[in-house]
Amino acid sequence: MLLPFIPEVGHFALILALMMALIQAGVPLAGAATRRPLWMAYARPMALGQFAFLLVAFASLMASFLLDDFSVAYVANNANSQLPWYYKATAVWGSHEGSMLLWCLMLAGWGCAVAGLSRRLPAALMARVLGVMGLVGSGFLLFVLLTSNPFTRLLPNVPGEGADLNPLLQDVGLIIHPPMLYMGYVGFSVVFAFAIAALLEGRIDAAWTRWARPWTNVAWAFLTVGIALGSWWAYYELGWGGWWFWDPVENASLLPWLAGTALLHSLAVTEKRGSFKSWTVLLAIFTFSLSLLGTFLVRSGVLTSVHAFANDPTRGAFILILLGLTVGGALTLFALRAPRVSQAVTFGWLSRDALLLVNNILLVVMTVTVLLGTLYPLILDALGLGKVSVGPPYFNALFVPLTALLCLFMGLGPVARWKRMPARELWRRLAGAALGAVVLAALAPLVYHGRWNPGVSLGLLLALWLVLSLARDLVDKLRHARSLGAGLRRLAPAYWGMQLGHLGLAVTIVGVTVVSNYNVERNVRMAVGDRVEVAGYTFALRSLGKRRGPNYVADVATLDVSRDGESRFTLHPEKRLYLARRMPMTDVALRPGLLRDLYVAMGEDLGDGAWALRIQYKPFVRWLWLGAALMAAGGVLAVADRRYRRGREALRRNDEVTAS
Amino acid sequence: MKRRLVRLIPLALFAGLAVFLYRGLGHHPDDRESALIGREFPGFSLATVADPDVRHDASLLAGEVTLVNVWGAWCPTCREEMPQLLTLAERGVRLVGVDYKDTREAATDFLTTFGDPFAVNLFDPAGSLGFDLGVYGAPESFLVDREGIIRYHHTGYIRPEDVEQEILPRVQRWRND
Repeated sequence: MLLPFIPEVGHFALILALMMALIQAGVPLAGAATRRPLWMAYARPMALGQFAFLLVAFASLMASFLLDDFSVAYVANNANSQLPWYYKATAVWGSHEGSMLLWCLMLAGWGCAVAGLSRRLPAALMARVLGVMGLVGSGFLLFVLLTSNPFTRLLPNVPGEGADLNPLLQDVGLIIHPPMLYMGYVGFSVVFAFAIAALLEGRIDAAWTRWARPWTNVAWAFLTVGIALGSWWAYYELGWGGWWFWDPVENASLLPWLAGTALLHSLAVTEKRGSFKSWTVLLAIFTFSLSLLGTFLVRSGVLTSVHAFANDPTRGAFILILLGLTVGGALTLFALRAPRVSQAVTFGWLSRDALLLVNNILLVVMTVTVLLGTLYPLILDALGLGKVSVGPPYFNALFVPLTALLCLFMGLGPVARWKRMPARELWRRLAGAALGAVVLAALAPLVYHGRWNPGVSLGLLLALWLVLSLARDLVDKLRHARSLGAGLRRLAPAYWGMQLGHLGLAVTIVGVTVVSNYNVERNVRMAVGDRVEVAGYTFALRSLGKRRGPNYVADVATLDVSRDGESRFTLHPEKRLYLARRMPMTDVALRPGLLRDLYVAMGEDLGDGAWALRIQYKPFVRWLWLGAALMAAGGVLAVADRRYRRGREALRRNDEVTAS
Repeated sequence: MKRRLVRLIPLALFAGLAVFLYRGLGHHPDDRESALIGREFPGFSLATVADPDVRHDASLLAGEVTLVNVWGAWCPTCREEMPQLLTLAERGVRLVGVDYKDTREAATDFLTTFGDPFAVNLFDPAGSLGFDLGVYGAPESFLVDREGIIRYHHTGYIRPEDVEQEILPRVQRWRND
């Protein structure tokens, strides 16, 4: 009975969610300003209500997809009755309107999580944090309702069939990549809200950082996974074998990640030493602002990109206004209320404080580098200085040396003590690691490939330096314990999180270095019976055939792969033609492995039964994403630290600190 | 007071950025009408991807309505655009490629893998022709009429639906002109 009205149910739920968000924004903030507990108490129920109604809206849209309701314009444009059900369900976030709805759902979800998990938060702080999140949510819900309503109907002329989901997006990568990425983007709204609340309250102390840090870590971990999944998706879905293109949309996700990484470290200093307060707040604002900027760039059509959504100037203008209000408001508040720099905290130029300061400076420089590279064409254009394009050469030329510098300091950081670290002691503890890294890095290319390669040695040097200094620090930490077990137990999850996170970066660097230098790529013409040898593997084309999938037809090649005369496995690359959009797609055949991937993509039919095939041998390419997984795991593990769980104890300890 | 001014720096920087973003909205790449429309195709003297010893100049474009496509093997969007270009070539449109900021090796690989719809492929490793054309990023396409005048500028990816809706009607129009 209700079935035909599902889109209207969703639409009304969306409007109700907006109402709740408006109340969540207005009443608790006013209550916190005028110290009215009843008004402040509105925050939590409204956060829960907003999330519940958004969930209803989201479920309605998903139901419309599953029921093939092509009277809904968004469904008609992004699905087809032939589409398998799991892609119908995930097509909800396959294009602009639905992904914006997902964005709002997640924002409300984070608000709901804050309301549910941070119960011990002081009432005024809770009211302000949720109030700020409500403000952001209201803005985006208005955006969805006014410019990008996913429930708009195509009545009375209902199309009989939908236009289908973009074939590029019909993939498991799409099912999980955008939600992860958005969880990261949106997750930074929590620390942003904490920063604004702190500015409003005029107080930033160790307790505040202990409340804010876990949320930052989790958001950062989600973003890390999201970016890695995007890279992995591009790797196998674009049929190209590349894993990072410096595409504006990729950059848009890297920007908040870099700023967020700086924020994680700056929060650590603020918690432990009570310094860098203004800087931490500013970074929190920057990180979320860059998330918003990413949203603007992707959806306004200002920059062309393979990922760009169909664009509409009114949408761009709306997001720009939202961006201006959010960021401009936050920065104005910062200018007016930023905490005074405390003179009490001092540190020597060789100390963990100083090294983390260097880390922050480098990460901010990297962020600015990427930001400039992404916006440079836009800025030159606006200044009338002509139009240029900035490609991978610019980014690689600046990003690689900056990363190298960052790694150099990263090796020192964990070993150094707060406040002051004698240079001699630092040298004594790390000379071995440095020497080991240099020797191993110099030898590794010789052993692995038989020829010296400075690029590989440099990359491995950085990675080994990170790993060996981490190992040295661990050994030093365990040395004085009564037993190994006792020593291990004494180390806090936060410490393990740091170890794992840094190790993850080292693993990623190994992956980048090896695959960039030892990648073997052959473009060959093959007919049935032909053989090609690539990096020691023999690829023989056994047969060519055709296959019909649910919504596509495909040419399929079957290749036998052997090594040392011994048959190993078969690969089945496909060239698909998606019927609804008449769009050809390459379905890559991959043989993944920890030490190497074999990658076969079909190019064009060359006639006479021959095809162009792209065969690639990609050593250590998995390490890229393995490293990202380790980084994310590190971020999550650190949240398990006791000091975040014992809210009350933390508050009490903080009182002692302020008293002393 | 001085401290307060320092704290205004982030706001000022953001305001500057917002101005550019706003201008960027005006300069929407999809509608960005090239200042070159109605003008002669800029002069050039370039070799081709296939042959370093050949030289072509703007007379290459005279005599037939031609779609000049600026691409590069480094550009993933160009790869997605190739099927549309192949369709256009099949439909009888003369295509001239400008291989922009690329290497011969990568470009040849690219064409072997994804097909080669181009009658001639100019090799522009320094991006000089791209610069004269005001190219903003690859891919971009320019429709040039028989007299060598630029008539239409398509920024970014030619979508499958653009073949019928945008490109072919314009090619027809300038052929009949």
